[in-house]
Amino acid sequence: MKLVINNGRVIDPSQDIDAVMDVVVTDGVITALGTDPKDDNPPDEAIDATGMVVTPGLIDMHTHLREPGFEYKETILSGSAAAVAGGFTSIACMANTDPVNDTRSVTEFIIQKARAAGKAHVYPVAAVTRGLEGSILAEFGDLKDAGAVAFSDDGNPVIDSGIMRRAVEYAASLDTCVISHCEDRGLSSEGLMNESLVSTRLGVQGIPSIAEDIMVARDIALAEYTGAPIHIAHVSTAGAVALIDAAKSRGVKVTAETAPHYFTLSDIAVEHFSTNTKMYPPLRSNGDVNAVKKGLKTGVIDVIASDHAPHSSIEKDVEFEYAANGIIGLETSLALSLSLVAEGFLSLTQLVALMSTNPARILRLPKGTLSTGADADITIIDTEVFWTINPDDFISKSRNCPFTGMMVTGKAVATIVNGQIVFRAF
Amino acid sequence: MNLEHKDLLGLEHVSREEISLILDTAESFKEISTRRIKKVPTLRGKTVINLFVEPSTRTRTSFEIAGKRLSADVINFSASASSFVKGETLRDTAQTLQSMAPDIIVIRHSAAGAPHILARLLDSSIINAGDGAHEHPTQALLDMLSIRERKGRLEGLKVAIVGDISHSRVARSNIFGMTTMGMNVAIGGPPMMIPRDLEKLGVTVHNRLADAIRDADVVMMLRIQFERQVSSLFPSIREYAHFYSLTRDTITLARDDVIIMHPGPINRGVEIAPDIADGPSSIILDQVTNGVAVRMALLYLLGGGTE
Repeated sequence: MKLVINNGRVIDPSQDIDAVMDVVVTDGVITALGTDPKDDNPPDEAIDATGMVVTPGLIDMHTHLREPGFEYKETILSGSAAAVAGGFTSIACMANTDPVNDTRSVTEFIIQKARAAGKAHVYPVAAVTRGLEGSILAEFGDLKDAGAVAFSDDGNPVIDSGIMRRAVEYAASLDTCVISHCEDRGLSSEGLMNESLVSTRLGVQGIPSIAEDIMVARDIALAEYTGAPIHIAHVSTAGAVALIDAAKSRGVKVTAETAPHYFTLSDIAVEHFSTNTKMYPPLRSNGDVNAVKKGLKTGVIDVIASDHAPHSSIEKDVEFEYAANGIIGLETSLALSLSLVAEGFLSLTQLVALMSTNPARILRLPKGTLSTGADADITIIDTEVFWTINPDDFISKSRNCPFTGMMVTGKAVATIVNGQIVFRAF
Repeated sequence: MNLEHKDLLGLEHVSREEISLILDTAESFKEISTRRIKKVPTLRGKTVINLFVEPSTRTRTSFEIAGKRLSADVINFSASASSFVKGETLRDTAQTLQSMAPDIIVIRHSAAGAPHILARLLDSSIINAGDGAHEHPTQALLDMLSIRERKGRLEGLKVAIVGDISHSRVARSNIFGMTTMGMNVAIGGPPMMIPRDLEKLGVTVHNRLADAIRDADVVMMLRIQFERQVSSLFPSIREYAHFYSLTRDTITLARDDVIIMHPGPINRGVEIAPDIADGPSSIILDQVTNGVAVRMALLYLLGGGTE
């Protein structure tokens, strides 16, 4: 089986490539980049990617697929189908399912379901502690053997610093890392949104930015002291960006991600009490938004991840105070990120690094590259197409999206996983 | 002139002209409550639903009396917030009520933004009777009516608002309304009760009671809620009373003709000494009387009543 993607602008930061060329895939593996020899072995399928951008398959390292336990919000099938429609060939899913992914059987279940779905590669992130309760470490070794790629209690911070120390050290010994949800619960307390003039005006209890900064500082201290790597999830504050910047320049093995909503929206968006503006961490001030954008540009933040968090109307069509945290993002992440390219803020090469090369490196996945011999995970992007975000068009089962009606430019038009076209829209 | 919106969700976005209109209308309605037959046919055939998802006797009674004095049909609908969380949602309730075609829904709810949900979903006019720590616009309007009545004006007066501003919808609505009307608002309270960036709303913020009430024309003390605040926010009731209570001594810092206000219910001996609450400067009971008048004015202005 031979597939050729002709004449696209290939951008692959792993090989420093930004050039118009053909990509040749044979039996699910990339066999050549350059000009298809058009020899006696004609392709079984050819895609004319003239005017399109061809990249290593995008990777979303932070999603919630809700299965097992909350299948009415999302399933592994619907979530991985939404992923490929959003241009992602690989996604990592967090452990806060029911049951929690803290044992081999849950990890295996997820992998098996994902395989049956046949959409994106799904890499389970297993829990740091049993039941996400913060007290007893999960069986990292067994979980890694079963297929878990990292460990996180995402949704909950690991409050006990002693447990977090053991977690990062043990994860490092297994050549993996902990992904940390940074939240000082004493400070976030009963907060529902960013603490600012907006929360003061709305009479909504605030979550100060330092609730994030303080835990980022702790995690950096743990990583620096132990020499173990740590990955900071969903960075949203200027303070966190500054701390990570300083830590990186000292050589601390810290990496970080942010989500599109943290560089697209500020806490002003909460003004009308829309529950689709409620998430953790909360939408921050304009100063934070600008710091996050700058962090992406300068490489302080390594990854854009969606933090895709599906909820149904049961959790969202209620009073702001009672609403669940989180928004969906798999089908909007690329377009919102491309807007940073359109603004001239990021180059396309930087964008591909943030959405493919870097997450592959952090999770130690053999992905994020179009080099010869690599698995043929490829995303083809039309960077010119203009569209309006309408959650009713989404494949995800949930509709909790704050970007409804926003006009954006650029989307994935074909997604190829292991040489198979799993999504095509042109 | 008429109000700009079908709803009154708060005072933050209400203009000076609209506030004046409401206060003028309320003033003209006050006389009705002094008649032997305290009823006019203005809102005959109109239906007002009091939807109280958080317990309240004072505000609900005030709205009920206001509606009845205007001859509206007033229906009280109480629900507990806990049943909302578990079972029927506010949305369900709203749609159920809509099917009964009320003209006005008055809502009290423990969650900020709840009236906004109704306003988005329903054609009826929505009046916010208090939503979480967000706004309580009718309270602020009756407060301003009471001040205007005593002082003859609002503009240029110094008003001190003292207490737990963080959790106070009364404080927020008053800050929005009073700054719009050109009053000088001084806020007093310990730092843990002052929300962030409050001064950006055009008020001054003082942690010492004396600094807040010095030379004030009006002092408004807010209720301290024992259960909630003191356990987590402040060392003790005793300490609060010692440093923040309005007493015969502290009141001397304000102007001689100061008026003392409180949205009620008061905690005697906590935020206000009994002799001050009952003293000649106190207009706490006028506030209650004016509450009915202000609510009559709003029901009239939003309900499209005719004289």
